[in-house]
Amino acid sequence: MFKDIEHLVRLAIVMALAILLFIILRAVAVPKSFGQYGHYRGAAITEIASRPVALAGRQVCEGCHTDVAAQKKLGSHVVLSCEACHGAQAKHADDPANVTPPKLDTAVVCARCHEANSAKPKAFPQVVTADHSGGIVCDTCHQPHKPNIENTPAESAQTNTSKKKEAKP
Amino acid sequence: MKITRRHLLLLLPAAAVAWKYVEAGTPEAAPNYKLTDHWWGMLIDIPKCIGCGSCVRACSEENGVPDGYFRTWIERYHVADWKIERPDVESPDGGKQGFPPGEIGDGKNFFVPKLCNHCADSPCTQVCPVGATFVTPDGVVLVDKEYCLGCRYCVQACPYGCRFIHPKTNTAEKCTLCYHRITKGLTTACCEVCPTGARQLADLKNPKDPIHEFLRSHTVQVLKPHMATGAKVFYNGMDGSVR
Repeated sequence: MFKDIEHLVRLAIVMALAILLFIILRAVAVPKSFGQYGHYRGAAITEIASRPVALAGRQVCEGCHTDVAAQKKLGSHVVLSCEACHGAQAKHADDPANVTPPKLDTAVVCARCHEANSAKPKAFPQVVTADHSGGIVCDTCHQPHKPNIENTPAESAQTNTSKKKEAKP
Repeated sequence: MKITRRHLLLLLPAAAVAWKYVEAGTPEAAPNYKLTDHWWGMLIDIPKCIGCGSCVRACSEENGVPDGYFRTWIERYHVADWKIERPDVESPDGGKQGFPPGEIGDGKNFFVPKLCNHCADSPCTQVCPVGATFVTPDGVVLVDKEYCLGCRYCVQACPYGCRFIHPKTNTAEKCTLCYHRITKGLTTACCEVCPTGARQLADLKNPKDPIHEFLRSHTVQVLKPHMATGAKVFYNGMDGSVR
């Protein structure tokens, strides 16, 4: 066998202690859920999933605002989610008495979708607001929840595109 | 027993294997939502997009995205006649307030909403040195804020430019596919507000999801298919000029 075996024993003890220290440090430093699903902290998934929502969702809105929901069904805006125009309203849904959504400016909100733009699909209803209303805000004639106007004078029903076609000789 | 070098070397791998079991622990029980039952993606119908920016605004509100940064954004493409390889692309403030109105020259114009593609073989998660970003068992690419060092490897690795460093926390940020919503049975903020249905959340593991029929019957593309990232954001009617 070896000469001076105690040297090796000492070395082995030092190594064993180092390994033990590593194991202890690792156990302290590495979170329990690390490696649960892969090379990451499994608990992070639950943490991210447990964040509160900001948009309440259409069902929640329509749970209380049944009148608006019924009105929307009569017009083409039935497809729209409430928060598409009104913004995130989960706080309002949680505390309707104290958190009230601000009144919207239809001149801004309607134009976002309906201002004419050559990149928009051709079938989508678009107007050049300056020509269409001459600066009058949209909700003077249109009810935003039911924007279709019945029995309108021919002039106001004209869209920009139809005007253009007529202008050409 | 005397521990010799031979014994110690034999013991080490056995101890390593044993440790693996010690640290694994017991998996957490998730009520109602089973990670393995879902495989999330999204469908984007380009001919339906009107570039209103509702998705970008909703995303900012839902996720507290800092101004000037975007988890989702809209690009307006202008392809002049035959210049398919050189499209003019603009995205003023990510399309958050819509796009400047009016006609744009000759050629074709259209909007392309962009977001994280939640790749199945994502390049961004592969480069993370600390395991701070990962693909969840239900197919969503997430960032663990507690673990992220802010080294920016992932920002460079993403071929779609979908990541950024949050200016306050200095950690990587990206679309979570509204993970806190979809695990509660809601749809994502962007899909919730999309007025034309141009964005639709899709669960590829749900056989009843209309995505399957849509993928079968339409000409659908993913972005940069040559990168083989396993992108799960499917674009319908996408022009060849889209990058």
